[in-house]
Amino acid sequence: MPFFEAIRLALQQIWVQKLKSFFTLLGVMIGVTFLIAVVSIVGGMSRYMTEQLVGKIMAVNSFELRHRPNINIGDHDESYWRELRRRPRIKESDIEPVASALPDGVLWAAVGYDNLAASSRYVAKPKGVTAFTVTDDYFTIKRMAPVSGRLFSPQEFERGMPVIVIGQDVADYFFPALDPVGRELTIRGIPYQIVGLMEKQGSAFGISFDKFIVAPHKSPINRYVNAHGVIDAIMIQTPSREGMLSTMETVRQVMRARRGLRPAEKDNFELETSDSALEFWNKIKSYLVMAGVALPAIGLVVGAIVIMNIMLVAVAERTREIGIRKSLGARRRDIMSQFLVESATLSTVGAALGVATGFAFAKLISMVTPLPAAVELWSVLVGIGIGAGVGIVAGVYPASRASRLDPITALRAE
Amino acid sequence: MSQHTTIIEAPLGATAERQAVLATSGEAPGKDWIIVTRGIKREYDMGGEIVRALRGVDLAIQRNEYVAIMGPSGSGKSTLMNVIGCLDTPNEGEYWLNGTRVSSMSDDELARVRNKEIGFVFQTFNLLPRATALHNVELPLVYAGVGAVERKKRAREALSRVQLDGRMEHRPNELSGGQRQRVAIARALVNNPSILLADEPTGNLDSTTSEEIMRVFESLADQGQTVIMVTHEPDIAQHARRVVVLRDGLVASDDRRSAFVEKLGLTV
Repeated sequence: MPFFEAIRLALQQIWVQKLKSFFTLLGVMIGVTFLIAVVSIVGGMSRYMTEQLVGKIMAVNSFELRHRPNINIGDHDESYWRELRRRPRIKESDIEPVASALPDGVLWAAVGYDNLAASSRYVAKPKGVTAFTVTDDYFTIKRMAPVSGRLFSPQEFERGMPVIVIGQDVADYFFPALDPVGRELTIRGIPYQIVGLMEKQGSAFGISFDKFIVAPHKSPINRYVNAHGVIDAIMIQTPSREGMLSTMETVRQVMRARRGLRPAEKDNFELETSDSALEFWNKIKSYLVMAGVALPAIGLVVGAIVIMNIMLVAVAERTREIGIRKSLGARRRDIMSQFLVESATLSTVGAALGVATGFAFAKLISMVTPLPAAVELWSVLVGIGIGAGVGIVAGVYPASRASRLDPITALRAE
Repeated sequence: MSQHTTIIEAPLGATAERQAVLATSGEAPGKDWIIVTRGIKREYDMGGEIVRALRGVDLAIQRNEYVAIMGPSGSGKSTLMNVIGCLDTPNEGEYWLNGTRVSSMSDDELARVRNKEIGFVFQTFNLLPRATALHNVELPLVYAGVGAVERKKRAREALSRVQLDGRMEHRPNELSGGQRQRVAIARALVNNPSILLADEPTGNLDSTTSEEIMRVFESLADQGQTVIMVTHEPDIAQHARRVVVLRDGLVASDDRRSAFVEKLGLTV
């Protein structure tokens, strides 16, 4: 019997007993739903973590030399935190040795920051902002550009002039409905002139990245951001990912030498990349992936067993029909393929429904929670493929029993 | 058994003793002999006991004959029908259908033969309940690998032959008993089989409809179709032109209709 005929016949069969067919394919449908939903949620979260969260905090192909990790989501014990607190800070004096060890084409910037209270004459109440002091290449590395005004000039960097660029939230609060460029923000009694308003950075998990001001490293703010001679980090950006790893090693050696660390001693500083920040997420992700494999697997196994049993019942109920077909010239393989196609079609329809509900589920999640959940094409194809496969495997035994029925006895069945 | 290389044609009406002696194995019967069986034996194991349904049946049927196979319950007529219809293979003996030795064929080969050479008509109609009359009739063509367009055309032609043009899209439960049997007959004819094999075709029909159906068989036989009908009712058997009576797994008598009716008259 030609293939499409058989499928049409199978679909007809399913349609005739809609409710029964539905309950039969429920297991497969649930299994595939889980697959689609988990893959899309995990995929969405992964993208969110890498692009939105960490990507905003850490620039591409860059690492930071800090005394301890900036992004630290994780499960650590007391001794870990104690060790971190004991670490010496990165110093101004570290800048030159590190910078001169870097190969050509590698950018670097020293960064210091802290929360400071700022005030403007347009708003009564002062408010905290995150104040950054940075060296020349900071904006290049972080790919930050102003939407109005400009960045600092080399002289402003060199002379440490009291100029700043500000973020959108700062502008909105301190200079409501005004163009902030050219106006002043006062911090610890010193007015700083705003030369530029920066483009919106966005937010992640409810934390806004636009509450900042940035000043040249040598400007007066530096005194308040860190203790004398201390900086928070040296950001280093390499042109390529491969170069980054080797440059990291170079910096590591320079610092270890400066700190007089013996070969057996661990680093007492941190070289932080977006990968290390994502380490904890990757661990969670691997657990989610395991769930994402286990749950669908359970659904599919149950689905297969249900389909097999229903097909066995179908074969028993249709014994007479099988006898009739055989008397008309159906060979064993005709009967076998008829029932195999039926169970495979049943199961594939279940998988297709599972894709639809998985899709709906993912959409629901992305609307109700901040998690972005986008359906990934490969999971749809795998889901349907597995669905068909399960149907074939589950149907082999019943189909084979059907094909081996003796036509004479079968014809006598009720 | 003497070994001849030619077939001795037995005149119709020969008794069991003067049944034709057939060519030995290796030599197929001539083209005009549609069914030739020699020494067919069939036994079953029914829970430890061996039931000998057929105990050595010799039968020769030519093209265009209209034969009734009669016998009481337990005579082996159903088993013989299953063997003739290639639904069953004998334990011993040989069966040539249309010149091909069928008795030792594999399941798949038998299925092929059933599809091409045999048209079954059953007492209980045996139509697919959820398919239309048209689809029921085209089913043998589906298994013969015929394309959809050609199939439908031939199915319609077959339904015309049994005067069912107007009811093609109806399901069996929307048809009367007589109409259902006609659909079954159309299905049996659609692949131009060598023999039409009917098992108590009027068993589930009232007397008027029975007559109707017997007239259909009559007209098909007139058109040249070889018809073999299994029945236990003498009234039905006398519609045929030759009556073979089975008793206890053997051929008890083999007569032309006239002789058979005469015999009936004697016993009644």
